[in-house]
Amino acid sequence: MEIDEDLEAFLVESNENLSQIERDLVIFEQNPTDRELINRLYRNLHTLKGNCGFLGLDKLESIAHAGEHLLTPLRDFQGEGETSSQLSLNRREITNVLFTIVDAIRAILITLESTGSEGETDYTELIGVIGKLQDFNQTQLEAAENTSSDRLAAISQTVLTEDTPQSSIVTDNFMRVDVERLNELMNLVGELVLCRNQILQFTNLQNDSSFLETAQRLDVITTDLQEGLRKTRMQPIATVWSKFTRVVRDLCVSLGKQVSLEIEGEDTELDKTVIETIADPLTHLIRNCIDHGIETPDVRQGIGKPEAGKVFLRAFHESGSVKIQIADDGAGIDIEALKVKAVELNLISADRASTLSEQEALNLIFAPGLSTAKQVTNLSGRGVGMDVVRTNINQIDGTIEVCSKQNKGTVFTIEIPLTLAIARTLIVTTGGDRYAIPQMNLLELIRLEGEQAVKGVEMIHGSPVYRLRGQLIPLIYLNEELELEEAENCSDDPSYDTLNIVVLQARDYPFGLVVDAINDIQEIVVKPLGKQIQEVSCFAGATIMGDGLVALILDIQGLAQKAHVISEDKEVDLSTESNLAVNENEENSQMLLLQALDNRRMGISLSRVARLENFSPKTVERIGKRMVLQYRDRLLDLIDFSTFPDVENADSIPDSKDEELLQVVVVNIGEGKLVGLIVGNIIDIVDQRITVKSDSDQEGIEYAAVIQDEVTEIIDIQALIATS
Amino acid sequence: MADELQLCTFFLDRFFFGIEAEKVQEIVRYQHITPVPLAPLEVRGLINLRSKILIAIDMRRRLDLPVLNGDRLPLNLVVRVDEDNISLLVDDVGDVLDVSDDWFEPTPETLTGKVRQLIRGAYKLEDRLLLILDIEKVVDLSSSISSN
Repeated sequence: MEIDEDLEAFLVESNENLSQIERDLVIFEQNPTDRELINRLYRNLHTLKGNCGFLGLDKLESIAHAGEHLLTPLRDFQGEGETSSQLSLNRREITNVLFTIVDAIRAILITLESTGSEGETDYTELIGVIGKLQDFNQTQLEAAENTSSDRLAAISQTVLTEDTPQSSIVTDNFMRVDVERLNELMNLVGELVLCRNQILQFTNLQNDSSFLETAQRLDVITTDLQEGLRKTRMQPIATVWSKFTRVVRDLCVSLGKQVSLEIEGEDTELDKTVIETIADPLTHLIRNCIDHGIETPDVRQGIGKPEAGKVFLRAFHESGSVKIQIADDGAGIDIEALKVKAVELNLISADRASTLSEQEALNLIFAPGLSTAKQVTNLSGRGVGMDVVRTNINQIDGTIEVCSKQNKGTVFTIEIPLTLAIARTLIVTTGGDRYAIPQMNLLELIRLEGEQAVKGVEMIHGSPVYRLRGQLIPLIYLNEELELEEAENCSDDPSYDTLNIVVLQARDYPFGLVVDAINDIQEIVVKPLGKQIQEVSCFAGATIMGDGLVALILDIQGLAQKAHVISEDKEVDLSTESNLAVNENEENSQMLLLQALDNRRMGISLSRVARLENFSPKTVERIGKRMVLQYRDRLLDLIDFSTFPDVENADSIPDSKDEELLQVVVVNIGEGKLVGLIVGNIIDIVDQRITVKSDSDQEGIEYAAVIQDEVTEIIDIQALIATS
Repeated sequence: MADELQLCTFFLDRFFFGIEAEKVQEIVRYQHITPVPLAPLEVRGLINLRSKILIAIDMRRRLDLPVLNGDRLPLNLVVRVDEDNISLLVDDVGDVLDVSDDWFEPTPETLTGKVRQLIRGAYKLEDRLLLILDIEKVVDLSSSISSN
């Protein structure tokens, strides 16, 4: 018959427990002073009793309880000499009774398995005898021994001859296997898969039909084997989730909140190691949802929400990975408060905070500083330990995203791979060798040909950028980063005039990786690197490809850091833009250098720059003294740098340049507002430490600095807006 | 009777080297090596030895010897150090020799350079000198980098 999963798990565990108790009892008979043993017996019985309680198995519980009770004096007895002879007699007696108890429990377990209930057998007599024995423990044993022993024997007889099936099916169908052993097998199967792939490549060259047939069968069997083994390591996510009901209840009680937990997709299966890794992060997220997300009942009532908050747990499969969502209908994250806190804690500069997009600001909750600082816990957002949550999830190649609406609630979406042993990667070629890029870093692929390949990349002094739908992304050339020598026949290669860009993501920030060729997506078995080359931060591991050769797996994070696309201090910096903190004189900052129309050299923090655009001067319109431009369905204010800072003449548009396109740097001035700077030319993007500085008394100029050996005026955009 | 030691011998340039035979796992003919960019120079790359990925150390580079010339391909001498398997690329492999402690001499004064740092001593054979490599030092590339 069908029995539910809880009961099945209980049966498996209890049977194991029981076997352990039986083994221990045998040793106990011979070696009655082993306290370790008594303690273990006691514990095991206690566990069994506890489990019975959960499932409402009263009979079992009372028997186990009686047994436990019987053991108590033994456990508490600490070798006091005078009663030892008595006790030794007593012990034999107790052991007998305990064996009877074990038999009785086993009988009930078997009945449970076959009928789903504890059965009709009456065990009160047994319990009664045990109870009496318990009493004799304290008084004279001898007198009572005979009677109770006889009774016991009789009871044992009844227990054993009870009309129940003799063997347990559930227990026989399960066995515990060392996870290590499974891992080894998993690895071997991974190898087999690769070996199969090699053989399949051979089949293209062969005509022998029996060989082809064998190869085909090998193919099928290997796939089945891989799938089968994968399943052995799968566990439903319910194994973690089941405990959340309790967590939620306890939290609600202590916080005086009302929360209903809604669970969906608890049958979704995941690799065992994955489940273990996400258990803690998930618990943490749930706690946060209730602690910080859900409001107290009176607050909720006040804003027209139902008194009881809701927390959703949802798991589902999507395109080869598992998605887990944890959502609440609580207060949501207060982005402004979050920014204030982040600035207070010096995680970002105030300047930077004002330019953050909503999503970037939300991601601040993953910044490590926010977690450790105690004062943040009363922030209306989340934050405690979120960096740890993210780190844990990243460790298993997973990602976490947050999305929040104030007063509506917050949703965390975690995406994790089904299994860890095999990773999906994009294979690329550079300098004649193949490299694997983990799919989780992958955003998109771009191929530029001919004219486009030349024009698409703005190569300015070795800081190439590419405009991806208007957004500037830095480009990294893989062969340069890896210091590979240029292939000699480069120019003869027909692919020379094509440019393959793999758009990747490192720490929320996209960048383009230029490679010689993009091959395909492949599943690979990840292998660690030897310690001699672990220092090389660009590689995450190695793998064996279908043809038996080794390929390196790129560590995108490490690569981006090496190329300085993201700063070394990756934990704090949420994206590539360096924080141009006003007070820090010695800081690396990325600057966009530009030439104003009167040949002045100016710089603006790249973190401010939203886009680079070209407009025809004819599209520029005027509203009073303002120069504006219709840009993306709104009006973009323009500031002309040919006349700046001579504001008087601000209304003189460079009419003479009618023929040329205006170069406009679109600048983010915070709160989603944009302003356009008309500039003469874009010179370069630099990433350097600005050491030589002098204050400027000119309005709109923050300071002057020497960049690339030339004096450059750094624009203070806020001041500039204020003046114009 | 002096203690005997079993040595696995190999050739590099004009030198004759030996390492304890018990540390040698096997000898494999040359196979494709995937280079590891940015790795220390001595690391020639990675090889696939029956589905295990091993680091191949170019022993000529490790000992500052001239590059193996012509079309000659090195052999993989696979050793086991601290549970790790590592391949040493050597010119050629010689016999396994039993040597007696009586023949042992500390590192000859005539030896200089990297070779000197990485050997423990020499055995005087009848016709030539057998240099004993300190395998632990050989595979520990971090120390050599700092000393350079």
